[in-house]
Amino acid sequence: MKKLTSTFLLTSILAVAANSVSADTLDSVKSKGYVQCGVSTGLPGFSNADASGNWKGLDVDVCRAVAAAALGDADKVKYTPLTAKERFTALQSGEIDILSRNTTWTLTRDGSLGLNFAGVNYYDGQGFMVSKDLGVKSALELDGAAVCIQAGTTTELNLADYFRENGMKYKSVTYDTSDATIKGFEAGRCDMLSSDQSQLYSLRIKLKNPEGAIVLPEVISKEPLGPVVRQGDDKWFNIVKWSLMAMVNAEELGINSGNVSSMKNSDNPSIGRFMTGQGEKLGVRDDWAYNITKQVGNYGESFERNVGMSSPLKISRGLNALWSKGGLQYAPPIR
Amino acid sequence: MTVTTETKKYELGHHPDMAPPLTTTGLIGWLRTNLFSSYMNSVLTIFVLYLLYLYIPPLIEWLFIDAIWSGGSREACEVDGAGACWAFINSRFSQFMYGFYPKDLLWRPNTAGLLLIALMVPLFLKSFNYKWVLGGFILIIYPFIAFYLIHGGSFGLETVETNKWGGLMLTLILSGVGIVASLPIGIVLALGRRSEMPIVKSLSVVYIEFWRGVPLITVLFMSSVMLPLFLPDGSDFDKLLRAMIGIIMFQSAYMAEVVRGGLQAIPKGQYEAASALGLSYWKSMGFIVLPQALKLVIPGIVNTFIALFKDTTLVLIIGLFDLLAIIQQANSDSAWLGFDTEGYVFAASVFWVFCFSMSRYSIALEAKLHTGHKR
Repeated sequence: MKKLTSTFLLTSILAVAANSVSADTLDSVKSKGYVQCGVSTGLPGFSNADASGNWKGLDVDVCRAVAAAALGDADKVKYTPLTAKERFTALQSGEIDILSRNTTWTLTRDGSLGLNFAGVNYYDGQGFMVSKDLGVKSALELDGAAVCIQAGTTTELNLADYFRENGMKYKSVTYDTSDATIKGFEAGRCDMLSSDQSQLYSLRIKLKNPEGAIVLPEVISKEPLGPVVRQGDDKWFNIVKWSLMAMVNAEELGINSGNVSSMKNSDNPSIGRFMTGQGEKLGVRDDWAYNITKQVGNYGESFERNVGMSSPLKISRGLNALWSKGGLQYAPPIR
Repeated sequence: MTVTTETKKYELGHHPDMAPPLTTTGLIGWLRTNLFSSYMNSVLTIFVLYLLYLYIPPLIEWLFIDAIWSGGSREACEVDGAGACWAFINSRFSQFMYGFYPKDLLWRPNTAGLLLIALMVPLFLKSFNYKWVLGGFILIIYPFIAFYLIHGGSFGLETVETNKWGGLMLTLILSGVGIVASLPIGIVLALGRRSEMPIVKSLSVVYIEFWRGVPLITVLFMSSVMLPLFLPDGSDFDKLLRAMIGIIMFQSAYMAEVVRGGLQAIPKGQYEAASALGLSYWKSMGFIVLPQALKLVIPGIVNTFIALFKDTTLVLIIGLFDLLAIIQQANSDSAWLGFDTEGYVFAASVFWVFCFSMSRYSIALEAKLHTGHKR
């Protein structure tokens, strides 16, 4: 029965992927005048609505950048909040133009869902949080520890793999929701809490005394998160991909939302190419990269504003620093 | 010295009534009979009082005395010894009520709500004679007015798409539409199931058993995840509408069974008497059977309504921001992380107020319609 159901599901998805919205997404975006963007139903720092109902976050900034590139106005975005289970259907069925919802890039998703990942806007990975009083510097010192985790997630599997690899024992204390997990950690039911790093930081704020807990440096899994588009529309795929890259390139070139206007006439050839970024090759306006930087900011600005040191989450750049600063964010040149 | 006790002589049968012993009346009497009637009960009473003493004062302190009522971000609530952070609810209150509905257009849902209240008031007045007309107006015409006001789109009102609807407004719309639509459909299905026409009967049975057999969460999930895949491209079928249809289908199956319970409780003689009078099927049902049957099952109907009201929170799994979902999404604002408890307490109290009023109303309705069936 299960096989039958999954075959049925797969066929329906494939059928849809085949006859899928093959229309030109850029044209439809231009004619309706906005980008329809799928976001999460609330993930701190990545996408959530503030008190006046405006969506903010690192993932939201990707949508805004795409709108700035395609339409010249970062505010021309409509958001569709999606749960984890709905997200791919919404994209496949054409309900949204781009999915920017902390989605991990994996082979299965890239290969079998009729989707394309346009890049990585946040390198996440599973990490550990321990109480500072424990005096632990590395997860390897935690043989025999009790670990609080959320049940039924890949977190559980990664954790088991990691401890087995290192020949250590652990006792898992599982909870249904991440809120219950942090409450359990706070109540001292476990020595450490394991979850994706981006989540560890937002969970840490929920502690009575956030300073009393530290996130250990070990990252035991790869969770590259990025925007997703439908397969078969390479033009739109390129625009999304290069919107993200323009943000990284801008940081690399030292261009930010503050100085972008004054740098417009810079003598530096790379900056010159960035400012009149050969938009016709992407099918967008010539000043697309300028618009992105001016209206959304470069990648570093977006990071600091939403999840970095100037946000309550205080996540350090780590893997998400530029390649020239020891991180992984690297973008091909605009030329 | 001899002790003389004065004894009054009364004539036989003329002894005046004496006051009952102190220990059986007033507060003491009540305490003795209800709380301290045996050793066991006394021990339990004292134990419960001790528990209340332990938990009530800190709760009140947290809820009211140490609570922080205003502030712009979580810093305002990060004071030592601070209680509940109602500033969080305060700063988001309009979002909790209306979702992402544009602030300058809030008069529209407000007007719709006030209009409904204004229309409902005469229904509770005894002297008002046109209750049927007004009731019909509320059930049939009003939904269109309300939809036009809230959604807009013609006659110069700006369109507000359903994905901007949310909060308590969405909860009330979902449950209101569910309640209003599921009762008539449920009645028809219940009559269909008791019908003697084989096709009508089997269709009703299949419908009821199918929808009762699947969980609401599956229905919502299908409506939001699978349905769009089967629809032709570009046919953008509104997500809220999909969820609403799912809820109505699901709920009417439950309603049908509640009503059927009432139909079965009506003695066969009533049906036969109605036929003997020469009434047609619909007349005998409408005038004789259903008024009695529905009155009998008021508790069951209201029970279903209350369950429906609370079930609407399940729409959060398909990304619709009802009251509970919008509170959860507010909890994920990094400026306000860590105040889930306040959010949930607020949601619980709103739900309690609505459900409790529904239950009180049903009791009042039963008392009003009570015509000699009470045992």
